[in-house]
Amino acid sequence: MRAPAPRYAANDGVIAAAQAALGDMLIEATDLVGEVNLTVQRDRLLDAMVALRDGAGLEYQALMEIAGVDYPARAERFDVCYMLLSYTRNHRIRVRVTTNEVQPVPSVTGIWPVAGWLEREVYDMYGVLFEGNSDLRRILTDYGFRGHPQRKDFPLSGFVELRYSEEAKRVVYEPVSLAQDFRNFDFMSPWEGAQYVLPGDEKVAGPGPGDTPQGKAPPSPPPAPAAAPAVPQAKGAPSPVSADEVQKAGDKAKKTAKPRAKTAKTTDSTAQTGAGEPTPGNKRKSKPKNPDVVPTKGKGQNQ
Amino acid sequence: MNDTVDQLMHGHVPDGSVADNVEIANYTINFGPQHPAAHGVLRLVTELDGEIIERIDPHVGLLHRGTEKLIEYKTYNQAIPYFDRLDYCSPMAMEHSFVLAIEKLLDLEVPLRAQYLRVFFAELTRIKNHMLNLGSHVMDVGAMTPNLWMFELREDCMNFYERASGARMHANYFRVGGVHEDVPLKLLADIADWLDTRLPRLFGDAISLVAENRIFKQRNVDIAVVGRDDAIKWGFSGPMIRAAGIPWDIRKSQPYDVYDRMEFDVPVGTRGDCYDRFMVRVEEVYQSARIMKQCLAEMPDGPVMTLDRKVGPPKRAEMKQSMEALIHHFKLYTEGFHVPAGEVYVATESPKGELGVYLISDGSNKPYRCKIRPTAFSHLQAFDFMAKGHMLADITAILGAMDIVFGECDR
Repeated sequence: MRAPAPRYAANDGVIAAAQAALGDMLIEATDLVGEVNLTVQRDRLLDAMVALRDGAGLEYQALMEIAGVDYPARAERFDVCYMLLSYTRNHRIRVRVTTNEVQPVPSVTGIWPVAGWLEREVYDMYGVLFEGNSDLRRILTDYGFRGHPQRKDFPLSGFVELRYSEEAKRVVYEPVSLAQDFRNFDFMSPWEGAQYVLPGDEKVAGPGPGDTPQGKAPPSPPPAPAAAPAVPQAKGAPSPVSADEVQKAGDKAKKTAKPRAKTAKTTDSTAQTGAGEPTPGNKRKSKPKNPDVVPTKGKGQNQ
Repeated sequence: MNDTVDQLMHGHVPDGSVADNVEIANYTINFGPQHPAAHGVLRLVTELDGEIIERIDPHVGLLHRGTEKLIEYKTYNQAIPYFDRLDYCSPMAMEHSFVLAIEKLLDLEVPLRAQYLRVFFAELTRIKNHMLNLGSHVMDVGAMTPNLWMFELREDCMNFYERASGARMHANYFRVGGVHEDVPLKLLADIADWLDTRLPRLFGDAISLVAENRIFKQRNVDIAVVGRDDAIKWGFSGPMIRAAGIPWDIRKSQPYDVYDRMEFDVPVGTRGDCYDRFMVRVEEVYQSARIMKQCLAEMPDGPVMTLDRKVGPPKRAEMKQSMEALIHHFKLYTEGFHVPAGEVYVATESPKGELGVYLISDGSNKPYRCKIRPTAFSHLQAFDFMAKGHMLADITAILGAMDIVFGECDR
């Protein structure tokens, strides 16, 4: 590792020790970017965690963090990742289980009481249920909040905004109204898989039957609950909200901007500029008449 | 006179039979969300039996701004300023975790001078943070003067921040691949002077007023004792776990940047009470000063930003001469750089404890997921068991010794 990131004990032998301790509870074990990931069966998470905490050569005494991740395209769309730390061996691993909106994950509050709030946060942000957590309330969002904001199909702006109402003498909630449309620029390079058609390119290929203006965009999966499109996993894929909200070049169907004025503000027409005529500039006829100037006969005053 | 005393002492003794029949219900009060000793917007729903705390239910999230969600919509460099606004009392320590996480995904080498500068400013940040925390902890339990003196020192730190980065608080100084700008030599000289003269003198004076003070000890010794096992089970970190007697410091055991070249001691508490937490932080200030002096002595010359132009922007002067530099600059400030797909959890020793960043990249120019591990979550969660059986007035001492900032807790 060339990067100056925290250096803890080597990963050698950790996966083997975990395989020995977990047996068939372990679905997958990887060692990527210098970090060990263990995917375990959801139903047997508690057994696996106790084995990781107490097993020889493992000794992960502390749970530092629980993080949820959302992959909407998957059947079990949520990952719940547990970051474990061993003080004695000076090592970290990550244990993950997958789940969806309805399948509860066994709570590890019995092993580490710190999990209480961490699970509450995952529940709040993703709606993952934890079986055995006696206090599964929302934690970070507002009292009475609806929805789970970290899901990929939850809009960045949210659904409601609040303000103090002078008439009602209290804080009122209203639907979000944006003064300017939400814009999300993706600066993806067209050479590296940006999946929209650049202006001018549409003439080259010619839209085939059923071809969308999005080009080769992957079809959105059927079970996506809200109107948002799928989050493509591929490198260079467009970001989730932008796909249908940002007006792409060549997407004439959704053109909402007002048509411009007939002539652009900065450019005069050729009739105005006189471009292309033998004597550019103002024409003689159009010169203002100055009563004090006596026009000479013709070719200049010296003649 | 004696008659009066007799009357007072014996005349109004409450009848025992009456007292037995009175039902005394527990009393529930709200501590906060607007309370000067809550150090931010914390609401503690406190159940009291008389003045004894029966149960505390902290309500957090009043400062939730959706930082993690916002970061998913920003390029990597655009996301760094959000980290300043997490723990706004130690901004550069927050950036540190994030840039290290990105560098780990990129497998990017960082010039030595930049690593020294980062360690140097991370330790300045630690001093800055502890000045605020120690001062306000002291003030929460009744003393005023040390707080004012330590705010003077904090003000000095902010001035150094400004001279290095241009901003007093939200520095945005650490960047992927190094730091934004090299510091002027005069700044390093001034900080060296400050470390030799003003800091030890003023800080020593301030601490001498409280460290052996009887009132201060009465308010802190044996308050909220946390043992080793509890500290591990509740996921404590930073001064909280060291005060509990576990010599765990990520700078020491999992060194990042040039911490492995530094010589410093890790102070450890013996009893695990509020006084130990206070004194651990006091000693950390001296150790930070020691690290900073070593940085000043050893810091080499050289670039402060990676020369990999796909990540580090070129200098302005170079852009005037080179077309390639201009293109790199344009690409970096519009598209940003792409980070290879993968996931890392990088935790650094922030002044308040383990500040972790769990970063998932899908190979694009924006993070797919950036989970921030706040230090305050585990500490605040343990409030209930730490405060149980203590008096109402101890809440402020316990809270002050936890060192909580809500920008970071609520994200």
